Amino acid sequence: MTTLSTWDLAIAAMLVLLLAFTARDMYPGLPRQLLVAALRTALQLTLIGLVLKALFANVSLLWVALLAAVMLAVAGYEVMARQHRRFGGAWGYGIGVLSMFISSFTIALFALIVVVGHDPWYQPQYAIPLLGMLLGNTMSSIALALDRLTQSAWEQRDTIEARLMLGHSTAEAVSGIRQQVFRSGVIPIINAMAAAGVVSLPGMMTGQILAGAPPVEAVKYQIMIMFLITGGAGFGTLTAVRLGVRRLFDERDRLRLDRLRRF
Amino acid sequence: MFQVDSLCCVGRPPVSFSLQAGELVCLSGPSGCGKTRLLRALIDLDPCEGTVTLNGARRESLPAALWRRRVALLPAESRWWAATVGEHFADPGAAPFDRLGLDPQAAGLAVERLSSGERQRLALLRVLAGRPEVLLLDEPTANLDAASIERVESLISQYLADSGAACLWVSHDREQRRRLCARSLAMTAEGALA
Repeated sequence: MTTLSTWDLAIAAMLVLLLAFTARDMYPGLPRQLLVAALRTALQLTLIGLVLKALFANVSLLWVALLAAVMLAVAGYEVMARQHRRFGGAWGYGIGVLSMFISSFTIALFALIVVVGHDPWYQPQYAIPLLGMLLGNTMSSIALALDRLTQSAWEQRDTIEARLMLGHSTAEAVSGIRQQVFRSGVIPIINAMAAAGVVSLPGMMTGQILAGAPPVEAVKYQIMIMFLITGGAGFGTLTAVRLGVRRLFDERDRLRLDRLRRF
Repeated sequence: MFQVDSLCCVGRPPVSFSLQAGELVCLSGPSGCGKTRLLRALIDLDPCEGTVTLNGARRESLPAALWRRRVALLPAESRWWAATVGEHFADPGAAPFDRLGLDPQAAGLAVERLSSGERQRLALLRVLAGRPEVLLLDEPTANLDAASIERVESLISQYLADSGAACLWVSHDREQRRRLCARSLAMTAEGALA
């Protein structure tokens, strides 16, 4: 595998700088956001590179679990931060974390033990990238779905209450919203599966090929990952929407938008 | 039959009154005094202290959705979630559209092409289709012409006579209150019932 020098990365970074410079008039806030995000990418990835290096050197379930917990905590924060209106209190953070934990962690465990079957199952070379890919995609789907759920409930509060007034159940009152919200969460995954290999060459497979793996083996891994991601994002979105809808109403079926905070 | 005892929402004085079977009582009061909030509290859509009973059954003793089918509120502005009128009715064929001067085939109409007066009348039929035992009407004739007002008044009077349901009718029109209600409740600007 051809390795990259710092100079190679600097050349790629020039592209980001060029974009920030070009767009500075059209989107005044963009250059700063771009630079911060680019810096975060460089720093975070360097850091995780070092962490993985240490982790690979001494394989231990405890360290793998610890890193997984940190990843989940950060993903929970990201889900929360991407919401325009979010649930107040611990719920704003808890719904995302719980949904991701239930879906991503269960599926990652299942994949490691049953599908990959490496010994030990928590071998960090497998466990961490697998969980990372699952978490990343599940996070996007859940964030999208929760954001749309709270936003739609806010915008359509009069219609929701009109249905409650007619004696409809809370599930009936949000049935239309729920459908759209779930759809918005899983559509990116469906699109990714539909375009895989034809329009886009997925990142993991590309990485394996770049690293010298036989293409057919890389493809098999990619297919597995795509299915796992679909399950993770799908079940994660289902859980998050279910919890979110439950939190939107109280025990007397009242729409409780006072539980949302605006950001 | 419908009994409200010291119903007390946050920051408002307690309210007590009762409605007899078949009775039509009007409610008036200056804008913003809390009439709509009172109606919302009665159907348990806003959290409030106090007891509300229907034929002796407290609202807490029934599932919220069931309570709201028996004690139904017609809000001042109607909301529609499906494309056609009929989709909002469990049995569109049974709704007496013609009684309110509407197209007998109104079930097939697209909601977005209706006028506000048509929506208001259709919303009333939609509420009545649930056969509520207590009817809470928030200015049901505010946007209607004289002929429609007469039809609405006669339809509701007949519904109350047939079903024995009670009705609380919010109206700003003194003539209408005189015409309809033997008994009237007046709400003060602070939200107390006089």
